[in-house]
Amino acid sequence: MSKLVQALNSARVRGWLYQALFVSGTLAVGWYLVSNTLTNLSKRGVATGFGFLNREAGFEIGESLLTYAASDTYLKAMIVGLLNTLTVSAVAVIFASILGVAIGVARLSSNWMVGRFAAVFVETVRNVPLLLQLVVWYTIMNRLPSPREALEVVPHVFLSNRGLKYPTFVEHAGHGWAFLALILGIIGAILIVRYGRKHRETTGKPFPTLPAALASVILPPVAVFVASGAPFAFDLPVLTGFNFEGGASVSPEFTALLIGLSVYTAGFIAEIVRSGILAVPHGQTEAGLALGLSPAHILRLVILPQALRVIVPPLTSQYLNLTKNSSLAVAIGYPDLVSVTNTSANQTGQVVEAVAMMMVVYLVISLCIAGFMNWYNRKVALVTR
Amino acid sequence: MISKLQAAALAAVVTLPLALSGPAQAGATFDGVKAKGYVQCGVNLGLYGFSAPDDKGKWTGLDVDVCRAVAAAMFGDAEKVKYTPLSAQQRLPALQSGEIDLLARNTTRTLSRDTANGLNFAPTNYYDGQGFMVSAKLGLKSAKQLNGATVCVLPGTTTEQNVADFFRANKMSFKPVVIEKNEELHKAFFSGRCDALTSDASQLAAIRAAETQNPNDFLILPELISKEPLSPALRQGDEEWSNLVTWAFYAMVQAEEKGITSENVDASMTSPDPDVKRLLGVTAGNGKALNVEENWAYAIVKQVGNYGQSYERNVGAGSKLKMPRGQNALHTEGGLMYAPPLK
Repeated sequence: MSKLVQALNSARVRGWLYQALFVSGTLAVGWYLVSNTLTNLSKRGVATGFGFLNREAGFEIGESLLTYAASDTYLKAMIVGLLNTLTVSAVAVIFASILGVAIGVARLSSNWMVGRFAAVFVETVRNVPLLLQLVVWYTIMNRLPSPREALEVVPHVFLSNRGLKYPTFVEHAGHGWAFLALILGIIGAILIVRYGRKHRETTGKPFPTLPAALASVILPPVAVFVASGAPFAFDLPVLTGFNFEGGASVSPEFTALLIGLSVYTAGFIAEIVRSGILAVPHGQTEAGLALGLSPAHILRLVILPQALRVIVPPLTSQYLNLTKNSSLAVAIGYPDLVSVTNTSANQTGQVVEAVAMMMVVYLVISLCIAGFMNWYNRKVALVTR
Repeated sequence: MISKLQAAALAAVVTLPLALSGPAQAGATFDGVKAKGYVQCGVNLGLYGFSAPDDKGKWTGLDVDVCRAVAAAMFGDAEKVKYTPLSAQQRLPALQSGEIDLLARNTTRTLSRDTANGLNFAPTNYYDGQGFMVSAKLGLKSAKQLNGATVCVLPGTTTEQNVADFFRANKMSFKPVVIEKNEELHKAFFSGRCDALTSDASQLAAIRAAETQNPNDFLILPELISKEPLSPALRQGDEEWSNLVTWAFYAMVQAEEKGITSENVDASMTSPDPDVKRLLGVTAGNGKALNVEENWAYAIVKQVGNYGQSYERNVGAGSKLKMPRGQNALHTEGGLMYAPPLK
């Protein structure tokens, strides 16, 4: 008896006991919710399961990276939606980062005009709900002229309320080889940069890294392109009937969503960048100056490496937010994952399954982004020696 | 911002009521409505002519009249209705989960909704079909001329599938622009983002009447590409409730056929016609069979009117929509409205 009391009083045993109780309690509640839902659904004669994914979708999707037709399956339709979500998120992450860093640095500028302008930008975009901003951007896109009165921005590039129409190259085998050469050139450039750094660290002498790397990226694809006879034919957009035929286009929905997400997230990123830079004590800059480094070198070698470890963790959550916010696409008609899945759910009536799938997909995307950013964070973290 | 994630919101709306509601029971809806003293009716968020609040905030419309008729039959008072405005996505889960007793929200009756989604349908209260609205400036005569067009579509209905079917069947191509919010969708169409707007013809007429300066600038093309029998929907498993909704609607149609209106219904109580006597409860029996007061149909006609009155007031000549009766005329006038004998 006293042994039992003693065991119960031990912090270790108690810890285990409470955790076991908590885990089993959570599992029990989860199991109850799932099983009760399934029972109620089947009692009311509502179909369940994921069999619908292999049925014909029967609806069209406005823009798609894959060839998709109404006769394809619901699964394919959702993949098209997923790719659209990933496309707009990936491009918006890049734009938001570039814009955010620029604005963040501008806010610290000693130029009164530049600093104020950046501050106004940040406060405006951060404090207006994203949905409203998206609607504003979309309304602006729709105010563009109709295809018949399209603006010809530069020859053969048309801007109308159907989007931006631009010419594309007619496909040729030479393009594939040139692209391959470009990839090899980029790999070469990475190797050159590594070699250059090693060379400098071991010998202390500078190495012309930038020109060499640029040459490696540019020269091979150009050489291959010329060698394959410089195949240069355009597929030009031409106005026929309702709209332009030929060429390729960026839709107003995509553009509005891209601008909206980029600008909104850039406001937050700017503040993160500013705080990261301010977190590095001014003494570091002075130390750099005392060593005779140029301002550019101070920023690149002294400030940024220390600022990045402050910047990266909150930046990760901004990237996650951006990806999840892309689901607001439904409001302005961009066919993202949520839009396509909503349609599928409605046609099949299997809302619970569709919502569950969306949740899992967003979870996986978010975990991937977080995983990558954590890896990058470890890379830039200050190594204490 | 995270909470704005559409998926999470939908998940909460959709799964929670399902997960938390108890098991369904036969007759539960009828008894439940009677006990709480009002009908919880699912209606459109705002569709002029079918269900929309008027300038005093009072819900009116052809679908709203079904709710009111059921309340009149059950309680003798058409005002005993509480309205739940629902989006197209929310409507079926709201009915399945028991959040509402009756869904009168321009819902198309289809096989899969009747079976896989666990619903029952009352008789069709509006025979509709999907059409296209275009700018009159385009000079189009037929929907078959829409090859290559961009079409604005509202999701969450059978519309997306219908329009894809139509273009596939006619070997034409199109680009959909799918926007979830009605206002944004209409704005996109009127600003010229799309060449055509597709929806049920009645809705197109409603949009044209309510949102354009000059309705003649827009044309509804003659082709109807689908059958849309808009019908009130119920949960399966409560026959008593289903009977009441069904016959409340038939009573409105029968009253029109017999020429009984809200104005002359009191005078009709003395009519010698045995059909009228049975309908108005002068000859007892129907009320008992439906488990309500014998004057149930009298209350409907007195307070809501007959089907023809409801039609004219909400979508017909007496409204901004000015929809001709067409298929919705009585069978005696070449339409599809036909009430089985109320005896």
